[in-house]
This record gives sequence, structure tokens and C-alpha cells, in this order.
Amino acid sequence: MAADPTAATRPESAPAPARVLEAEGLVKRYGEREALRGVSLSAGRGELVTVIGPNGAGKTTLLTILAGIVAPDAGRVSPGPREVGWVPQQPALYGKLTVAENLRLFARLERCSEPEATVERMLALTGLGDRAGDQVVKLSGGNRQRVNIAIGLLGQQSVLLLDEPSASLDPRQRERLWEFVLGLAEAGTAVVLSTHNIQEAERHADRVLVLADGELLFTGSPRRLKEAVGQEGDEGLEEAFVAFLHARGH
Amino acid sequence: MRWLLLKDLRLLRRSPLLVTLLVLYPIVIAVLIGFALSRGPDKPQVAFANLVPESASQLDLGGERLDTSRQADVLFRAIDPVIVKSRAEAVRKVRDGDVLGAIVIPEDTTQKLQSGLDPATIEVFYNAEDPIKSGYVRDTIKSQVADANNALTKRLAKVALGFLDLIATGGQYNFLGRQFDVLGLERSERILKEARSELPAGSPARAQIDQVMRFATLARTNLDLSDDVLASVGTPIRVRQVQLDGAATPLSSFSVAIAVSVSIMFITLLLAAGALALEREENAFLRLVRGLVSRTGLLLEKAGLAAVSALAVSLVMLAGLGLFVDLQWDRFHLWVAGLAAAALAFAAMGLAIGALTKEVRSASLLCVMLSLPLAFLALVPSGSVSPVLYDAVQVVSAVFPFKPTLEAIDAALNDSRSIVGPLLHLAALFCAFGVASRLALRRFA
Ligand SMILES: Nc1ncnc2c1ncn2[C@@H]1O[C@H](COP(=O)(O)OP(=O)(O)OP(=O)(O)O)[C@@H](O)[C@H]1O
Ligand SMILES: [Mg+2]
Repeated sequence: MAADPTAATRPESAPAPARVLEAEGLVKRYGEREALRGVSLSAGRGELVTVIGPNGAGKTTLLTILAGIVAPDAGRVSPGPREVGWVPQQPALYGKLTVAENLRLFARLERCSEPEATVERMLALTGLGDRAGDQVVKLSGGNRQRVNIAIGLLGQQSVLLLDEPSASLDPRQRERLWEFVLGLAEAGTAVVLSTHNIQEAERHADRVLVLADGELLFTGSPRRLKEAVGQEGDEGLEEAFVAFLHARGH
Repeated sequence: MRWLLLKDLRLLRRSPLLVTLLVLYPIVIAVLIGFALSRGPDKPQVAFANLVPESASQLDLGGERLDTSRQADVLFRAIDPVIVKSRAEAVRKVRDGDVLGAIVIPEDTTQKLQSGLDPATIEVFYNAEDPIKSGYVRDTIKSQVADANNALTKRLAKVALGFLDLIATGGQYNFLGRQFDVLGLERSERILKEARSELPAGSPARAQIDQVMRFATLARTNLDLSDDVLASVGTPIRVRQVQLDGAATPLSSFSVAIAVSVSIMFITLLLAAGALALEREENAFLRLVRGLVSRTGLLLEKAGLAAVSALAVSLVMLAGLGLFVDLQWDRFHLWVAGLAAAALAFAAMGLAIGALTKEVRSASLLCVMLSLPLAFLALVPSGSVSPVLYDAVQVVSAVFPFKPTLEAIDAALNDSRSIVGPLLHLAALFCAFGVASRLALRRFA
């Protein structure tokens, strides 16, 4: 029953993709609290990895370390932040700038070769073309999140980190987001994404990472997680996930 | 960094209320401070050296005794005296900034007053290090000396009038313990009248007596006017003023320097701290420092934004004030140098505040809470607090940019001193606060 995390790192049968993201032995302490206790992971070209775990498990901490924002107390990450796209959990936008101005500013800061074309592309992607001239403070929470995601995609890096990107999106927008993310993965981007929506993880992820109390409890395909709790048939991954955590005292 | 700067300017343009406040608030504060300061402290500390020997402290004016040491009590109601023994000690206290000024009453004062020939001269020393202080000391002492002069003149006049009265009407006069009977013009006239009536009509002596009587009448009526004449008799005490340090700046130009310093302080601090805190508040800071802009680059951009805006506003403010106060426009390059150095030093301090706080609101609050007392501290006149406290005030003032800013701007505007010292001081503060804000940014992701 004790799933050795490293034993299940690879999806069955598929050849090992070239690793584009690697982290080893990540430890992060906030005073007495250990937010991460030695987490290692990797992601290959075109791989879609979801990080799941209860509130306060350390998902955001892990992603911010991978994004190069917070320095870990121990462990190492490659590549550097310039080669990693990042969509934070809290929107990071200028409220007093319009949607287009936010996109344009970050496109220029990312040194996109054609900022205006990129802005147009992102407006089309987010479906916010008609709100392009509105200040971000005047948008709804979900629309703000759409702009937030778009900014993370501007740099077109080979690794993309998204921290609960679908949390405040309506079902149609969530569908669009997944379409886009799957398209990126198909084109070779390694995507690491945290979510509380286990169904999403089950449907789209090549691999799930289960994090609880700063510890990496499981890594493997959704099917392997179900097997790990002895689940068979067509029960959802959500039940397996809850059972898995319960069995580990969480 | 260029895009970031354009973004910040756009944000400012979209906050017209903030910008208006940012410009109006410092001007209002500056005017208020100017008013408050021109009134001066309640009871300034002034060194007081009374060199008149004990034995000579009694002044005898026509039998009226005047104790000069008692006269000092009146003065002490307006100042807080620090009694010293010698002229040298008084001068030293002024130079050290322990007191606002010094009054020295020379040894020969009573002698001179007694003789009534030479006016007695009192020496006043003051430190012109800042015009508010020295102006206050001068005014206080001047009014005190005027009071003393009035009192002495009244007494002298009273004594003189007593003599004149004696001459007019006659009476007893006490001199060195002996009584004299003085005839007086009135009685002389009466005696002459009686003598005249006893002379036979047509006697030649009668015409002569008439002549004497006419003189006596004329003299008596005219002596009645002596009251007014005596009141206008000159001042028995003169004051010799000695300025020890610093060049005199007219108060109005100094007020301009204060007004500009306060404005530049508020605008730069609030803009730098606010702009940096906003990056954190909007979470964008995290995106930016992931290789888009370096932390140092971010700090330089904010410092530049705040300093250039403050420089522009303060130059406009100076031009406006120039309509009311005479400013030396040929020193314009020095104004720019002083204002730019001040703006950069304040910007660095603002960045340190902005780096420590995560929200614009707390950053602004901290700016106001820190800067107001620091500005007041820098304006504390020497001698208005105890020497130990004053030294502490000096040290604290040197660690923040307000005092050197005031010095630099005063130097640039009024040519009161060399501007090089204050400029170097501001440059050092810019570096120190710059390093502090960089370290603070590192600590908070
Ligand atoms: N800046 C911080 N200072 C102190 N403790 C922190 C800080 N950031 C996170 N923590 C702690 O680290 C732990 C992990 O937090 P983290 O935000 O990574 O959780 P999470 O898995 O993302 O949770 P959620 O699902 O709610 O987003 C929590 O216990 C949290 O309290
Ligand atoms: Mg989180």
C-alpha cells in the first residue's frame, strides 16, 4: 500500500520524454512551519502534470519555487525563471490599466518581437476583445483571471506553470482554457498545473502529484492513483484521492 | 524599464485626485509650518552676563535709587536666562548652539547711566545659523531694551522735572544729607512784586525790576512745556549687535526654502514609496522580478519617476513664489542641483519605506508619520531645548534628508553658505537609503 513515489514516476509504455523541468529535494520553511519537505519532480516536453492536494498542502509554495520567485531553503530547480511561464493564483495585474494596456506592457517587458500582434492574439484567446479598453478593476473576477492567465502565456516559454488557473472560470471558459493548454502541451510545452478540480486532473493529466502537508505522497497517472487505493471500475478519481489521503492520515 | 516608467506615468494620470493632493498637501503644510515657525519658541534660552560689580549695581539718579540687578528680572520674564560669568563664556555658548543668543551688560554700565553723558552700551550676540532663530532673538532683545530705555528715560525725566519744578516753584532740596531752601522763580516773582510796590513811582529801579519779573514769568510758563521736551530725550541705553556664525538670510527667502523643502519631501517620499508599494499590492512585483526587470532596475525606475516629478513641481512652485519674493534667477543651475540631490535622497528614503510596506496605504501613512516629525526636528532652534537633547536632535536630523535639503536649497536660493557640503550629505543619504531599500526588497519576495 505504501506507494513509493519514485516507483511510479512514468506513465506506462510511453517513451521517456526529454526532461525540460527538474527539481530536487525542495525544502521551504516559514518559521516553524515546513511548507515543503523535500519534494522532487520533473516534467518532460509536452507533458501535462497536475498538482493536487488539500488547502495549505504546499501547491502554491512549490509552484512559486519552480517559477523562481521564492528561493527554497534546500534543493535546486532548473531551468531559470526566464524560461518558465507563470500564472499566479492571485491575479498580478495593474488595476488602473486597461486589458490591452496590461497585455501590451507585459508583452514589451517579455521582449515579444511583435507586441501588438501578441496583444491581438491574447485578446482573441481570452475572448475579451470587446473589453480591451476597460480598466481591469472594472472586470469581473473571472475575466480578471483570464487576463492573468494570458499574461503568463505571453512569453511562450517551454515550461508553463499555472496555479489554480480554472478556479474562478465559468464552464465555457474552463473548456477554452483546457483546449488552449492541451494545444500547448501537444506543441511540446511542459505544463505543471495545480487544481482542486480532480475531474479536470483525471481527464487531462498525464500525471498527478499528490501533495499534503508539504510532502509529496504520490506521483503517477490518474489510473495508478486509483489502483493505489484498490479502486476499480468507473468510480471517479476524486473518491480515490480522498481515500488515498484518508489512508495516509490526512 | 522604459515601459514600466510609461506605465507609472499613465497610472498617475488616471489618479487625478491623488496627484492634486500630492501637490496641494505639501504646499498647505509648508505654509502652516512657515506660520508656526515665524512665531518662534515661547521663552528662548539666552545667556546673560551681568559684569557690573555688586558695589556699582545701585544707580543713584537724583536721590532715586535704581537697582540694575532688579531691572534684569523684567527681562527674565521674556527669556529663559542662562547666567554666565564672563563675556567669553557667553560667546562660547552662542557658538556651541547651547543658547539662542547672549546679552552682556558691561562693567561701566551704571557709571555711564549715572553720568548721563555717554549712553551705556549693552552687547547682544546671536547665531545667524538660521534666520528664524536670530530674528526671534533680535526682536525679543530689542523690545526688552526698548522697555528698559523707556523705564530709564521716565525716571531720568522725573528726576529732571523735579529739579525744574524746584526752580519754578522753589522748595526744600536734600543734598548729601543737608537741607537747602531753594527760592524758585514763583517766589522770586512774588518777592519782586512786593519790592516793586514799595518803590516810588517813576523810580528807575522799577523798570529794571519789571524786566526781571517778565523773565521770571516767561521762564516759569515755558518750564511747563519741559515735560514733552524731556520725553523725547534720546535713549540712555544703546545696543551693539554681534552676529557670530552664518550669513544672514532674510526670513522671507528662508521661508521659501522651507516651503520648497517640505514640498519636495512629501512629493518624492509619497510617490516613490507609493509606486513601489503598488507593484507589491497588485502582485505584479513578482512577475517583474522574474527576469523582466532587476530589483535594482525597478528601484531606479521608481526613484527616477519620483525625483523627476518632484523636481518639476518644486521648480514650478519656485517660479510661482518668485512672483512674491525676490529670487536670484541667475543661480538657477544651483537650484536644480540642490533640488535634484534632495529629490533623489528623499526618493531613496521613500523606496525604503515602500519596500518595507506591502500596500500603498500603509506606505503613505508611514511616509507622513515619519516625515512630519523629522522636518519639525530639523527646524528645532538651538537653545530652545537642553544641550544634550539638541545634540541628539542634530544626529537624528543628519540621518534623514530634510535638514541637508533645507541647507542645500537655502544655499542655492540665498547664497547663505557653500552648497557642496549639503550636496555631499544628500548624496551619502541617497546611497545609504538606496542600499537599505535594496536589502529590504531582497528580504521580501
Ligand atoms: N509567506 C508565507 N509566510 C508564512 N507561511 C506561509 C507563507 N506562504 C505560505 N505559507 C504556509 O505554507 C503552507 C503552504 O501554503 P501554500 O500556499 O503553498 O498552500 P496551497 O497548497 O497552495 O493551498 P491552497 O490550496 O489553499 O492554495 C501553508 O501552511 C501556509 O500557511
Ligand atoms: Mg495555493
